[in-house]
Amino acid sequence: MKLLVSLALALTLALPAVAQERSGPLRIEITEGVIEPVPIAVAPFLAENAAASDYAAQITSVVAADLVGTGLFRDVPQSAYISQVNTFDGEISYADWKAINVEALVTGAVTLSSDGKLLVKFRLYDIFTGAPLGDGLQFAGSTASWRRVAHKVADQVYARITGEGGYFDSRVVFVEQTGPKNARQKRLAIMDYDGANVQYLTDASSIVLAPRFSPTGDRVLYTSYESGFPQIYELAVGAVQKRSLGLDAAAMTFAPRYAPDGRRVVYSEARDGNTDIYLLDLASNQRQRLTSAPSIETAPDFSPDGSQIVFESDRSGTQQLYVMPASGGEPTRISFGQGRYSTPVWSPRGDYIAFTKQNAGRFHIGVMRTDGSAERLLTASFLDEGPTWAPNGRVLMFTRETAGEQGAQALFSVDLSGRNLKRVQTSTAASDPAWSPLLP
Amino acid sequence: MTFLRLASIMAVAISLGACTNADRFGEGGANGGMGAGGMAGSIDDPTSPAYFNAAVGDRVLFAVDQSTLSPEAQSTLTGQAQWLMTNVDYSALIEGHADEQGTQAYNLALGARRASAVQNFLIAQGVSPSRLRTISYGKERPIEICSTEACYSQNRRSVTVITAGAGV
Repeated sequence: MKLLVSLALALTLALPAVAQERSGPLRIEITEGVIEPVPIAVAPFLAENAAASDYAAQITSVVAADLVGTGLFRDVPQSAYISQVNTFDGEISYADWKAINVEALVTGAVTLSSDGKLLVKFRLYDIFTGAPLGDGLQFAGSTASWRRVAHKVADQVYARITGEGGYFDSRVVFVEQTGPKNARQKRLAIMDYDGANVQYLTDASSIVLAPRFSPTGDRVLYTSYESGFPQIYELAVGAVQKRSLGLDAAAMTFAPRYAPDGRRVVYSEARDGNTDIYLLDLASNQRQRLTSAPSIETAPDFSPDGSQIVFESDRSGTQQLYVMPASGGEPTRISFGQGRYSTPVWSPRGDYIAFTKQNAGRFHIGVMRTDGSAERLLTASFLDEGPTWAPNGRVLMFTRETAGEQGAQALFSVDLSGRNLKRVQTSTAASDPAWSPLLP
Repeated sequence: MTFLRLASIMAVAISLGACTNADRFGEGGANGGMGAGGMAGSIDDPTSPAYFNAAVGDRVLFAVDQSTLSPEAQSTLTGQAQWLMTNVDYSALIEGHADEQGTQAYNLALGARRASAVQNFLIAQGVSPSRLRTISYGKERPIEICSTEACYSQNRRSVTVITAGAGV
């Protein structure tokens, strides 16, 4: 059965939108740049006991906010519903949802047990095929983790419709800022991907820069001036306990990132004014120099399989991107467009490298294939910098700074097609985001 | 009198040495290199850090993305070297800074390059390497905050911050 879908898809390079014939289950190809959000209904989750009613309402709104926040979906308001969802196991009146052009329906039910556990069930229905999209699922969690449970539901919905992994049950570590431009106070902070549950990890007594998550999300590397000199520290997120990496105290070290095994750290060290890339084994404290050039080599990042390192170097005269074997060795230049390229980050899926590009007085966040082909710029502004990948490799977060004396930094996100550019809500100025993997 | 002034400097140095807070250095950049803080002394006293900052000139400026020393910068640094060789009870922390038109890690590396260029020049003029340390602030500590070249040119700088003590 073929049904005309109201989904307007466009090819990556913004070819005119075309309505497409739909022949199978609901599927959004998010790399194709969705122009018109798909109408869905996140029906108010049912409270199966009275104590669960507040949680049911809040979980519904977080699920809807997650899905709408992708730019792929529009949540049809309850006032437009023809039939209500009154029981979790009841029959779905597909015709009633089809009549209001809803393409997917999310239903759920929440129970709060006497020992304080939340139990959240949900189902997803494809209205046009008139069938559930996957099985119903349930998640359990403490009341304190109700937002995480909501994010897990939304991740499931997103994954089933897009075929991509979810990214809502994740966190972002970043630098929180207060004070004027010439005396900024900075401290490390961590929050849910959507800006909720902010927690501060350091005080504002010294400059902190560029936090990076470990592959399991339980540790963070960052650069701090707390000794009076920029040095790399590692912080255990749960215990909020930090330690110096114990590198040469006389050399400036910065721009650290974990290897995918979490046991090694690649970073930059400036010695006699010359910055090169080094690799540190955390267990043995053995340190290996990976580049030896009179130029600046910095911002290294591992490929997700651990075999290669992408970094920036100005050996050609301007900042460009290079890839080298993880053991060091001859780098291959991969950026050849106009302007300067920096801060390369390998997608967790291995398919793209995101970067900052500076050209003709503007900054851009862009992506290219790992061999440098198919470069695409996703943003443009006075100053965009330092992209980080969502765990599914389909969304990027970065720092945007406005110009002038009142200039301030904020976190923004954009999807891989360059759409859905938006500010990530933070209560103060913020920069240097790093996205965690999906939480366990 | 000279003895008394030095004694007070040493006292400050000891208290600073015990402090692990980076703000003293940070202020040096933010406030234009008055890293010697309250012990800067009188600007009329040629042996004072205040004199060094104002009369000798504690900073030199750089072209966009460059760390080469202009003739003007070399002239200032020649004066710095002479002052340091005369006033041997001080050492210097050379801060390298960049303007905001660049990415963070690169600007840290660029600041390190600039500080090192200054350090090498001072050493070539005869200042003992043991009296000179370098640090980069990248684009973290602008002194001018507009987003035009008028400000950028002031932020692309090195600042030689005089500190008490004859070095290590």
